[in-house]
Amino acid sequence: MTTSIKQLPDNEQVLSGNGSCGGCPSPMALRIVGKALGPNAIMLLTPSCAVASMGMTPRLAYNWPCINVCFATAGSSASGIAQAVEILKEKGRLQGELPTVFNWVGDGGTYDIGFQALSAAAERNDNIIHFCYNNEAYSNTGVQRSGATPRGSFTTTTPGGKRQPKKNMALLMLEHDIPYVATATVAYPGDLYDKVVKAKSIPGMKYIEILAPCYLGWQFDMPDTVQMSRMAVRSGAWLLWEAENGKISFNNPSSFIVSGIKDADPVDEYVMKQGRFNRLLKGPDAAQRIAEIQGDIDRQIAFMRERAKITI
Amino acid sequence: MKEARVIMDTGAHAAALAVKSARVDVVPGYPITPQSSIMEAVAAMVENGELDARFIPVEGEHSTLAAAVAAAAAGARVFTATSSNGLLYMHEVLHMAAGGRLPVVMCNVNRGIFAPWTLWADQQDSFAQRDTGWIQYHCSSNQEVFNTILQAFRVAEQINIPVMVNFDGFTISHCLMPLTLPPQEDIDRFLPPHKPEWRLDPAHPSSFSNVTNAAEYAPFRQMLSSDIMASIPLVKQAAQEYKDITGMWDGDTIDAYRLEDAEVVAFAVNSMAAELRLSIDILREQGIKAGLLRLRLYLPFPADDIVSALPQNAQVMVLDRNYNFGHPGGILAAELKSVLFGRRSDITVKNRVMGIGGVDLTRRYMAAEIRAMMDE
Ligand SMILES: Cc1ncc(C[n+]2csc(CCOP(=O)(O)OP(=O)(O)O)c2C)c(N)n1
Ligand code: SF4
Ligand SMILES: [Mg+2]
Repeated sequence: MTTSIKQLPDNEQVLSGNGSCGGCPSPMALRIVGKALGPNAIMLLTPSCAVASMGMTPRLAYNWPCINVCFATAGSSASGIAQAVEILKEKGRLQGELPTVFNWVGDGGTYDIGFQALSAAAERNDNIIHFCYNNEAYSNTGVQRSGATPRGSFTTTTPGGKRQPKKNMALLMLEHDIPYVATATVAYPGDLYDKVVKAKSIPGMKYIEILAPCYLGWQFDMPDTVQMSRMAVRSGAWLLWEAENGKISFNNPSSFIVSGIKDADPVDEYVMKQGRFNRLLKGPDAAQRIAEIQGDIDRQIAFMRERAKITI
Repeated sequence: MKEARVIMDTGAHAAALAVKSARVDVVPGYPITPQSSIMEAVAAMVENGELDARFIPVEGEHSTLAAAVAAAAAGARVFTATSSNGLLYMHEVLHMAAGGRLPVVMCNVNRGIFAPWTLWADQQDSFAQRDTGWIQYHCSSNQEVFNTILQAFRVAEQINIPVMVNFDGFTISHCLMPLTLPPQEDIDRFLPPHKPEWRLDPAHPSSFSNVTNAAEYAPFRQMLSSDIMASIPLVKQAAQEYKDITGMWDGDTIDAYRLEDAEVVAFAVNSMAAELRLSIDILREQGIKAGLLRLRLYLPFPADDIVSALPQNAQVMVLDRNYNFGHPGGILAAELKSVLFGRRSDITVKNRVMGIGGVDLTRRYMAAEIRAMMDE
């Protein structure tokens, strides 16, 4: 049973007052993550909205020890800390339970510039959790494209709409043969909470990617973050799944969509609610563009359905 | 009391032995010639239990230093090593290490930089990192490499500034020389366990390297600038106490040879400066009052020590194994002139670039060059 929102613990690791936009999915998701991780953790961040909004020195909105590291280095930096706390504990210079070492990093710091170091950390199976809050663009620097930007989306560096599909980062992480991979999104807080609790209990490298609709980049109304997140899942544009030791299982409601018990909502409504897509859908080729977006989604669902059957 | 041990060893392996003696906690590493032997030796020591530490085999040098600074922020004593393009690849993180006040010690085995490729020594790699905020030693013997790594940890941890220990590829890293290993008790006395002032500690949530306004940023930078200068007395103290405990001395900020009455002074760093002692002897035999001022500490540039060590009216022959592109000659000459300006108008500075990419620098060749410079 998925934990319900009423059952979430009371502890708050995200303190009131931070610099993010109203409706920002990053602190929203981090709040749930904090409830699962508790205070005994060390947080790493790479340049992103999460850094720009964490509170300027000497203030800090996240109630953990936090370190900002160079953009490309979430994987290697977290490994350094994880290895350091383990050896210091072994040598008796650190008392108490080992803290959870986790990255809070955007899609830019995960899919693109941070990919190499993250891949290496995964291959070494270092004992960290990498969270990618994926707003499908570089929001902090003014909404440029990333490897997570879906086809057809406007960004300031894809003014005619991105022509390539996004990459399936969570699956790429799974193919590193790490013990735990999961996807989540803010509209399903209990699902996210349960996944973080599970990740925390597993030694080695864990990867959790959280779809994080950003009103600025996606161009929807600020109060609609959670609704956009839910629409992404219901349309199949975002699949909720997790994989323990390589075995993929889908979570509700994505499980119904993948198994065919329930049809995904057509992508039209999801797309039309977002300026990043609909501003490019004024021309005569609108139908074809939407069909391309739908095509990418259908292909991913079909592919993940088949991939999940591989359980060796 | 235990006696010191004398062995034959390469500079690279001497570095690894110093890492072991320093009881380092974490060592991230990535191979590059001629540094690789250090990492291989450390990895072996960790594997066979000689060194109680974690070796992190990262996937590139940017990650090497990232893992190193992060481990230091978690409170560990951290060592790493690199060379040439590896050092250049770290550049962004070099700044972060110093700005973040993380006392990592790193060996850079000097090697010329790409393009075109070379494997052999010059100082373009380390000197190109001048403005990153690191303290930089340059060593001229295997023994000095060993001694300096231990002194570097002392200084780094006292003032929370990372320290780079440089020495030449192959000439030092791969050549055997006698190496004296002081008893471990003596080293432990010289270098007590690392007790960081602050670390990433869940009991005290606080931010490292967070965003600042100008009002906070400027004082951070000012503090780094003045603390780097304030490391000079610590460098001297470390050298002196190391001598008191082990009996070994490589100079402190500078290392002088036959300097007192010298009229002609060679000024250089690294292995060529060891060879230059022999050049000085040759020149002395020829009736020239020659001496050597070897710069041991490149950063902070020990202006006062240089200014007071140079004899009256000396001609200083700066032998640069690097280029100061956009200026004639090399980087050391420019640095030296800037500290002499307005303080020692009696001094003449002459400069030659030589030995680039490992071109052999023999005592006779350098003696002849110095003679030729005298007539310029
Ligand atoms: C080495 C380096 N290159 C570029 C930047 C500029 N930069 C800062 S944040 C950012 C984008 C971050 O994107 P993402 O990781 O997706 O986080 P988001 O801003 O979307 O939250 C970029 C390009 C940087 N800080 N460092
Ligand atoms: S731009 Fe988007 S991701 Fe950034 S703070 Fe605003 S809502 Fe959050
Ligand atoms: Mg982003």
